[in-house]
Amino acid sequence: MSGNTDPLSPRAKLAVTAGKAAAAVSRAAGRGSGSVIGGRVALKLDPELLGRLAQHLDVILVSATNGKTTTTRLIAEALGAAGPVVSNALGANMPAGITSALAGGSDAKFGVIEVDEKYLAGVARDVAPKAIALLNLSRDQLDRAGETRMLAERWREGLSGSKAVIIANADDPLVVWAASSSPNVVWVAAGQEWKDDAWSCPSCGGVMQRPGDDWFCGECGFRRPAPSWALSGDHVLDPHGSAWPIHLQLPGRANKANAASSAAVAAVFGVPPQVALERMYQVQAVAGRYDVVQFQGRDLRLLLAKNPAGWLETFSLIDPPPSPVLLSVNARGADGTDTSWLWDVDYTRLAGHPIFVIGDRKLDLAVRLEVAGLDFRVCETVDEAVQLAPPGRIEVIANYTAFQDLRRRVGN
Amino acid sequence: MSDNSLRVVWVYPDLLSTYGDQGNVLVVERRARQRGLQVERYDVRSDQPVPTSGDIYLIGGGEDRPQRLAAERLRRDGGLNRAAGNGAIVFSVCAGYQILGHEFINDLGEREPGLGLLDVVSTRGEGARCVGDVLGDIDGPLGLPQLTGFENHQGITHLGPSARPLARVRLGQGNGTGDGTEGAYNDAVFGTYMHGPVLARNPQIADLLLKLALDVNALPPADDRWYEALRDERIAAATQPA
Repeated sequence: MSGNTDPLSPRAKLAVTAGKAAAAVSRAAGRGSGSVIGGRVALKLDPELLGRLAQHLDVILVSATNGKTTTTRLIAEALGAAGPVVSNALGANMPAGITSALAGGSDAKFGVIEVDEKYLAGVARDVAPKAIALLNLSRDQLDRAGETRMLAERWREGLSGSKAVIIANADDPLVVWAASSSPNVVWVAAGQEWKDDAWSCPSCGGVMQRPGDDWFCGECGFRRPAPSWALSGDHVLDPHGSAWPIHLQLPGRANKANAASSAAVAAVFGVPPQVALERMYQVQAVAGRYDVVQFQGRDLRLLLAKNPAGWLETFSLIDPPPSPVLLSVNARGADGTDTSWLWDVDYTRLAGHPIFVIGDRKLDLAVRLEVAGLDFRVCETVDEAVQLAPPGRIEVIANYTAFQDLRRRVGN
Repeated sequence: MSDNSLRVVWVYPDLLSTYGDQGNVLVVERRARQRGLQVERYDVRSDQPVPTSGDIYLIGGGEDRPQRLAAERLRRDGGLNRAAGNGAIVFSVCAGYQILGHEFINDLGEREPGLGLLDVVSTRGEGARCVGDVLGDIDGPLGLPQLTGFENHQGITHLGPSARPLARVRLGQGNGTGDGTEGAYNDAVFGTYMHGPVLARNPQIADLLLKLALDVNALPPADDRWYEALRDERIAAATQPA
């Protein structure tokens, strides 16, 4: 076959070119970056294009319910020490977006690819990855994604027999269940604040026991594996027991966990933790998340939280009271159209903060906060909320499309 | 109600708390406290016995395998049946609703016995999952305003002669039987497919549970401003073309 000498067949080259043309048209028409439409056109012309594009790369896949975009950035930054990297850094994480991203990086050595959790098994089959990072799994958009436990089951089936090194969070029982069908797993004790999707043993259905940081099933032998890497406060512990300091511009415990997983991935490709972690400092805002912007003379920090686990991690990183907090929730297609999940978020954690509420579903939030016994104000717009907010940097927490709306309005 | 406090039991949050239905517990608790009641809340995991001395029992929705496990453990435990036999109020949602009936189809595709507290039998629909906003008229004798909620289920629930439909849908599927019924109830046991959570969308149902538990006809008024605003918005959204 000609594959070894000529990286892409004429058909694949044509598909890449057509995809780029479609993306350019889409950009010109003001319809976004064009990466998804470009990828769609290219995949239609050559359905195996994704696999072919990946053939010449060391591919690393990153999947999770939360933190996959940020972790993809952190890994891409770390692996830059070992060679050029191509990545779907904008979060277009389904096959079309991934194809488009890979088509843009003909000189790259590494492909660091964020994958939507529903597509992981298929993409892992198509691109023969060298490594797969699995961070966490929890309830998200249940009206369209289906059951979280079934998702773990699909990961498990899709990854059994994979030749990839799986870098998996030992503290999330669903992730451990999904990864433990693979022969080659590197366990990272990355933590997981949210526990409410794993009280029932994914193996036998027994009730899970969770003393301290440990967990095990009371009925079968399923238990937390011994990790070789760990997040310990502000340090990453490597398999030799050395502690490496984490210096990030990104806030919060969850991002330290993402850095720990990223360091473990980088080590698979020979990048030492010290080098990997130093490079991660370069990562600032990721697609606008964690960005601090000025709006109406005030500082606003923009935080994305899409589901109960994400809100929980976000509450733990915001400035303490009396910093004002602005919450915005929508329930459009990309958010999931059911707002019931708001009741799985413990809003009493916001006690003491002045709270302002906006977004399409501000009234759902209002009832939620009223029942939590909190004081809050419902506003029509972000402008109104910012005008009413007392002094201090405003922590803005929003779910997916609400976050996009906010970015457009506050201009970052 | 014993002593001076209302005992609210949240059944099996480890298995049946996937769709935000713990909001129902929070709403009952809040509205009871606003009326000056003391509330003791018991969250009972599926490896613990269900206490029989509760006043109100709440059960939520869950995934298919946890639903089977919950039915097995509740049958073995017997506490919920004994409590209902003592006259306790039971309010259930989705997977929990199916468990209160005579039987449902479990994750293995087999008929799974329920607790028989409601005269209903559930099967699994062949067509598309029922997902979306629901609007309905609550059964007349209950004297409550319109039902609003969000459904997300594959189940179809058929009512027997001693169960009354909780509501008739104007929009959405409800029980999925095609006859427009949604949910079921008898004297003190209620079942519904509505999430939202349903008691946040319909605080009058929470008050009904409180009145039944306290054996009173009326409660002091509560501040319903935000509930009413949310209800108006959701009912308007359900009745307007998209």
